[in-house]
Amino acid sequence: MRFVKLTSFLVGALALTALGGTAHAQLKLLNVSYDPTRELYVDVNKAFAQQWQQKTGQNVTINQSHGGSGKQARSVIDGLEADVVTLGLAYDIDAIAEKSGRVAKDWQKRLPDNSTPYTSTIVFVVRKGNPKGIKDWDDLVKPGVNVVVPNPKTSGGARWAYLAAWGYALQKNGGDQAKAKEYVTKLYKNVPVLDSGARGSTTTFAQRGVGHVLVSWENEAYLLVNELGKDKFEIVNPSVSILAEPPVAVVDRNVDKHGTRAAAEAYLKFLYTPEGQAIAAKNHYRPRNTSVPGGQAFPKIKLFTIDQVFGGWAKAQSTHFADGGIFDQIYAPGT
Amino acid sequence: MKTATGTPRPRALKRGSLPGFGLSLGITVASLSLLVLIPLAGLVFKSATLSGSEFMKAVLSPRALAAYRLSFGAAAISGVVNVVFGVIIAWVLARYRFPGRQIVDAMVDLPFALPTAVAGIALTTLYAENGWLGRFLEPHGIKVAFAVPGVVVAMIFVGLPFVIRTVQPVLLDLDVHMEEAAATLGASRLTTLRTVILPAIVPAASTGFALAFARAVGEYGSIVFISGNMPMKTEIVPLLIVTKLEQFDYAGATAIALVMLLASFALLFVINALQGRIKR
Repeated sequence: MRFVKLTSFLVGALALTALGGTAHAQLKLLNVSYDPTRELYVDVNKAFAQQWQQKTGQNVTINQSHGGSGKQARSVIDGLEADVVTLGLAYDIDAIAEKSGRVAKDWQKRLPDNSTPYTSTIVFVVRKGNPKGIKDWDDLVKPGVNVVVPNPKTSGGARWAYLAAWGYALQKNGGDQAKAKEYVTKLYKNVPVLDSGARGSTTTFAQRGVGHVLVSWENEAYLLVNELGKDKFEIVNPSVSILAEPPVAVVDRNVDKHGTRAAAEAYLKFLYTPEGQAIAAKNHYRPRNTSVPGGQAFPKIKLFTIDQVFGGWAKAQSTHFADGGIFDQIYAPGT
Repeated sequence: MKTATGTPRPRALKRGSLPGFGLSLGITVASLSLLVLIPLAGLVFKSATLSGSEFMKAVLSPRALAAYRLSFGAAAISGVVNVVFGVIIAWVLARYRFPGRQIVDAMVDLPFALPTAVAGIALTTLYAENGWLGRFLEPHGIKVAFAVPGVVVAMIFVGLPFVIRTVQPVLLDLDVHMEEAAATLGASRLTTLRTVILPAIVPAASTGFALAFARAVGEYGSIVFISGNMPMKTEIVPLLIVTKLEQFDYAGATAIALVMLLASFALLFVINALQGRIKR
């Protein structure tokens, strides 16, 4: 009897504290993102918080966490309490859905455009005056050209770069996979440093003076040229590249636990509004809606998608980046 | 069967002059379990999710073998370098009085305190082809940053204090009279060094080597910046483990971690055993 009394007292006390907790708690969201989106989400968060305040009267604080896309996904799988994830590639959100069940499996169908509100692509950055005369993908495999690109095993941007190179070689050689492998092997033989993330490679190229060309996210390339000087670097657009789609998703299990689903969903939908799209364009991400201010500022590059050329992420991952896959074969002894 | 009559109870016999043996041993076992043994047991359990052949495939892949070779090889080289220079520095600090000695003495501990990422970035900036040192080395074909020497340099940096701090107190304790006695007995300076001083510091120096070596094998933060991280060439074992984790290959990562753990343990065990023999 006494035990029952005690438990009911405890339950009551807990319920009270919980109620008190939610009544006083300020609405908080955690956005777990990949490496180069820091600047983008600082702008997005400010604009969204303002809009949410006007609409609901609630104050919302959005915290950001950044790092390599794969590493961030792993943190969420291991229990980082993200309300939304905005990662570098769909494969990493698939991994969260598969390994932890925190995101529903059909996440990519829940928002327009494959749940990708903005896109980017892969371009080259060279030193001012382009001393090696880099114009297109073929120039990267010339002897004596040093190419800086991160490690596709650990970096999302590097995977897009690798696939862009492969897709280019396929198109050029009429779909010959063996020729594409030969091209990509030659390309990575010209790589002197494989950093683990996109920012690391940018630093190696820009601050350490390593290499003649940096293969990079388009948004990262703009950031580099704008921050570190148009007098030092210039962007070279290849003839063909890949449509890089960094997707977003609500982390279902976490928002239901935090009671933040409405705000989290509104946050992601905000990215699709003209205001959100303009912020993306301002931060050098290609908006889906090109009629927003800055939406026309991007150079026309012929872009192919991962579904067209590789049949989706799952296939690309197992063929190219899994252990023993083609990327590993490039570095196997004797090639 | 013996009876208790006449002989003191064994409990009373064991009792030392200080209290708290039971309590302190309990704390020792509990904290070691929480901090060391349970995480290590987790490592073994996680890698046990692999079948025997998967385990062997993960730990014996050419890429893993190349990484072991680099990690243990570079750590051994850096350990030897650290012993040589560490003993000299410890000697200077212990035996000579010169202006600024205390500043030098304090500087020795910097690698302990500095975040290793900072050390890695500083060393890379220094040795990159446009760095202060790198620009003089590159024209002579000496590549340090983004090559194997860079790994060794970073390992030397993080391991240096271990040798100095183990050898220094021994040198301070060494009785100068012994050297004087050797001299009065007609020993040359070299002979004194060889027969009086070296035997005294060898055990401490080998402890220092073991510590510096172990530290270098486990070092990650500074090396990833300077090594260039090329598979088969400059990829250290800890990076391979992190890479596997980021590909969601938890079991493969722990398998390699287990190999590293066992290898390090075996090496440290051998070094300790050798040390015991030298002391005797």
